[in-house]
Amino acid sequence: MFAYIVRRLLFAFPILLGVNFITFALFFMVNTPDDMARAQLGAKQTTPELIASWKVEHGYDKPLFINADKGGIKTITETLFVQESLKLFTFDFGQSDSGRQITADIYERMWPSLAIALPTFIIGLVTSISLALLIVLFRGTPLDTATMMIAVGIMSVSGLFYIIAGQVLFSKTWHWVPISGYAEGWEGVKFLILPVLIGVFSGIGSGVRWYRSIFLEEMNKDYIRTARAKGLSERQVLFGHVLQNGMLPILTGVVVVIPTLFMGSLIMESFFGIPGLGSYTIDAINAQDFGIVKAMVFIGSVLYIIGLVLTDISYTLFDPRVKLS
Amino acid sequence: MKQSCRMQSHRINRPAVKRFLSLVAINAALLISLAVEANWNSPYPTEKVAEETLFSAFSTPPKHLDPVVSYSSNEWAILSQVYEPPLQYHYLKRPYTLEPLTLSKMPELIFLDKDFQKVTESSPDIAYSQYLFTLKPNIKFHTHPAFVQNKEGEWTYHKMSQTAFEDIDSIADFELKASRTLLASDYVYAIKRMALRQNHSPILDSMMDYIEGLKQYSDKVTKGYQQHLGNSKGTVKTTFYDLNKFDIKGVEVIDSTHYSITIKGRYPQFMYWLSMNFFSPIAWEVDAFYKQPGLVEKNLTLDTSPVGTGPYQLVENNPNKRLRLLANPDYRIERYPSSGLPQEADASLLEDAGKPLPFIKEVIYSLEKESVPLWNKFLQGYYDASGVSSDSFDQAVNVSNTGSMSLTAEMTEKGIQFLNMVEPSVMYFGFNMADPVVGGYSDKQRKLRQAISIAVNYEEYVSIFLNGRGVVAHGPVPPGIPGYVSGKPGLNSVIFDWVEGQPIRKSLLVAKQLLTEAGYPDGRMSDGKPLTLYYDTASTGADSQSVLNWYRKQFAKLGIELVIRATDYNRFQDKVRGAKVQMFSWGWNADYPDPENFLFLLFGGNATIHTDGAGINSSNYDNPEFNALFLEMKTMENGPKRQGITQKMIKILQEDSPWIWGYYPKSLALYHHWLHNVWPNPLANNTVKYRRIDAEARQKLQAEWNQPVLWPFGIVIALILLSIYPLIRAYRKRQHRVFSQPTPKEQD
Repeated sequence: MFAYIVRRLLFAFPILLGVNFITFALFFMVNTPDDMARAQLGAKQTTPELIASWKVEHGYDKPLFINADKGGIKTITETLFVQESLKLFTFDFGQSDSGRQITADIYERMWPSLAIALPTFIIGLVTSISLALLIVLFRGTPLDTATMMIAVGIMSVSGLFYIIAGQVLFSKTWHWVPISGYAEGWEGVKFLILPVLIGVFSGIGSGVRWYRSIFLEEMNKDYIRTARAKGLSERQVLFGHVLQNGMLPILTGVVVVIPTLFMGSLIMESFFGIPGLGSYTIDAINAQDFGIVKAMVFIGSVLYIIGLVLTDISYTLFDPRVKLS
Repeated sequence: MKQSCRMQSHRINRPAVKRFLSLVAINAALLISLAVEANWNSPYPTEKVAEETLFSAFSTPPKHLDPVVSYSSNEWAILSQVYEPPLQYHYLKRPYTLEPLTLSKMPELIFLDKDFQKVTESSPDIAYSQYLFTLKPNIKFHTHPAFVQNKEGEWTYHKMSQTAFEDIDSIADFELKASRTLLASDYVYAIKRMALRQNHSPILDSMMDYIEGLKQYSDKVTKGYQQHLGNSKGTVKTTFYDLNKFDIKGVEVIDSTHYSITIKGRYPQFMYWLSMNFFSPIAWEVDAFYKQPGLVEKNLTLDTSPVGTGPYQLVENNPNKRLRLLANPDYRIERYPSSGLPQEADASLLEDAGKPLPFIKEVIYSLEKESVPLWNKFLQGYYDASGVSSDSFDQAVNVSNTGSMSLTAEMTEKGIQFLNMVEPSVMYFGFNMADPVVGGYSDKQRKLRQAISIAVNYEEYVSIFLNGRGVVAHGPVPPGIPGYVSGKPGLNSVIFDWVEGQPIRKSLLVAKQLLTEAGYPDGRMSDGKPLTLYYDTASTGADSQSVLNWYRKQFAKLGIELVIRATDYNRFQDKVRGAKVQMFSWGWNADYPDPENFLFLLFGGNATIHTDGAGINSSNYDNPEFNALFLEMKTMENGPKRQGITQKMIKILQEDSPWIWGYYPKSLALYHHWLHNVWPNPLANNTVKYRRIDAEARQKLQAEWNQPVLWPFGIVIALILLSIYPLIRAYRKRQHRVFSQPTPKEQD
């Protein structure tokens, strides 16, 4: 397995280099360094001299991919792409274009994102799986039909509706929890209840339908019939056999998202005033802050690769037939 | 077999049900215990609500809090509470009036000839204007670790080792703090920082034209710092450079409380700049302290953690969550104004006259990116004041047939008050005067613009798109700024007639006649094809479509086809700078209350085509007569003569119509009645110190408005309990059936 992981991580380098190349190319196709300088310096009193000095300080005076003024290897190395990309591979994210330390900002923002994403993920997963098992238990009954209809209904409504309706109902009308805000420690629990509840609820429709289909497939397999023939109760069949064997396809979709949980949720964090990473990238794109954009795209790619490796590893834990080599 | 299964299911479910019921009981107990506490939905600790704390919100996090860099209103809203430039605007007086802030009196102005010899104000030999500043005594900087010295006089925290920063996450984590008296040299040091090109001060290039010797100083220190950076292999953020090694010729420290600034020629508007944060004092010790890499790594810099002499200290700066200001305990005695209140204003604004400032002990700004939560929290009493977004406008405000605004019954019941004010800004629709069709100064070209100006009905625009929150403009200078004339004398007679005491837009017939005289009868060119004009905009969203369609309809009234060229903001700016647009919309907010600050938007010397895109005159208007008058009025003091010239300039502009004058936006602010001394002053940013909170009234009403409603909880619990029994029964039945025959449906 070790050799497999090392090989996968080595494969990651060209992938990340490619991701960087695309990020640099796309960003500078839309924004010029002059535009970026103006976005940072403001519209008033922005002179050419001011723009020039800003570009020099931030390294945007260098050519993007090819430095025709230099000879030899410097044609490639004395470029924005190579100099900034290399720093990313050492996890030196440097400063945002507005002057803040990106690493410090990410560290500060990841905890609120995790505070909302982790409980939403765990409670959502447990609830969806439990409900799916319950429905599988009552498969073919009116309860099954009704639940599936409700699930489709939940899926069909925009998440934004649940957020606004939740805020109006639980905060504005019934005064149970704050509409928005955030605090550290136990003080913060009251701020997290509603977003977590809404996050779980809005994801329950698709989750239940998906897990139900997985479990139903397992239910029709021979080993389930054998288990029943042995006299096991439905509970034992469901939890002892169906759930365990259904975990493999569930893991495919679930483990890969675990590392990216701390990247946060844009809409949820914006509406609930959670100071997380959810809007960090989109705000940076709007502000034309390339320092943050390149760092976040790189981190996102790294986490996705880690998620895929973890998924592979998790297969071996749940299915002894799978060997990583 | 059946029996054993049934028994098994009993064994499984009874404890489960018991566990569930006990959980419900615990939750209910928890709920009842919580019910005893007030306001479950309060986002703040109870003790903060009970204190004189102002709760406010921000939607755009401040990027820069370094006073020589910051130039945005959202940043100045914070910064102006912390720093103190030499002058400020009187809080109540209208027209806007400057007064000393840290000075003991207004700056003395003397005039000098080219040999720096004193001359009279009326002398033709004036080459320089010199401002002399006298500071109030014993003004203290906020306490800060940068000022801490040991017994030997060495700076305790200026050269810390990297490991010493491990336990430091904020300035509050430093064990020792000290302060020192404000010196004249701190004001001079701020100008020196502005001159350092690497600090990217947005006003450096403008000030170089005025402050004597600033350019030479800037060139010298910028080059010197660049070399220093090269030698030390450091970065701008982490490399301190002693700017006091050199002096600016026109900026002189006379003694600890006196300094002077020498301006080239006359520039009366310089006084307004002195009320801006660019000219706030910076202690060199603070600058040196913040250049330590260990602090920079933790985002503790002069750009994030300002240190000034103002009524408030910034004690928390998390731009993604909260900014927190605490009243400066060492603030000098400054008092609430005792006079200057306009007659039409509420007399209660003088109830606190003469009392020491600031009243509010703490200000908490929370990030609210979305308008819905912000509005709802304001209605719950958790924000003390709020703007009115278009979503909540109808809920908050009634607009009468005459356009006057009043609060709705819901707002009045809550005791909410509102302020309605015309901002010193103008939003205009510009013609590119360098364009061969809509531009130019011939009679025909002028008439085309006049015809379009009549057709584009901004009264309708203000009513439809702004809910009445705007005043239709008759010229570039907004109300409240010298040069603005209301009523009939200020009427734009090219577009409006004065009928029964109010301006009435000329009829479309007049516009069509002008269009015919311009050579486009019924909006058609000489070849019979419809005249097609192009409007460039950066408004590409779905929300903008209705506005763009409205513009099309306005032009269609004259038979002109309007083509919308929508693009992203970067490209739009490029096109405007390159004069590659025909028509566009833009706006301008006043930097200072002077007509020069608006009329320079149309001065030929500022045209983008004459300045390689750097000029502010995006319409490229260049009328020699207007230009000559502008240069004459620019250096004049306000007075009847200047007013006369300004009126003449505005008449020229109205005739030439380089802009459709658009509108002056109105801002609408709501606030709870427990917030006192609220008075609109858009040019003064340091107004928090004047506000007062009745915390007791706020706490009482917050509790009254936010009592938890418990009956839905009971219903939810009952529904859960009621659904358990059928589920258990169904499960038992199912368990029983599993061992019998599968249903035909299952077999499918």
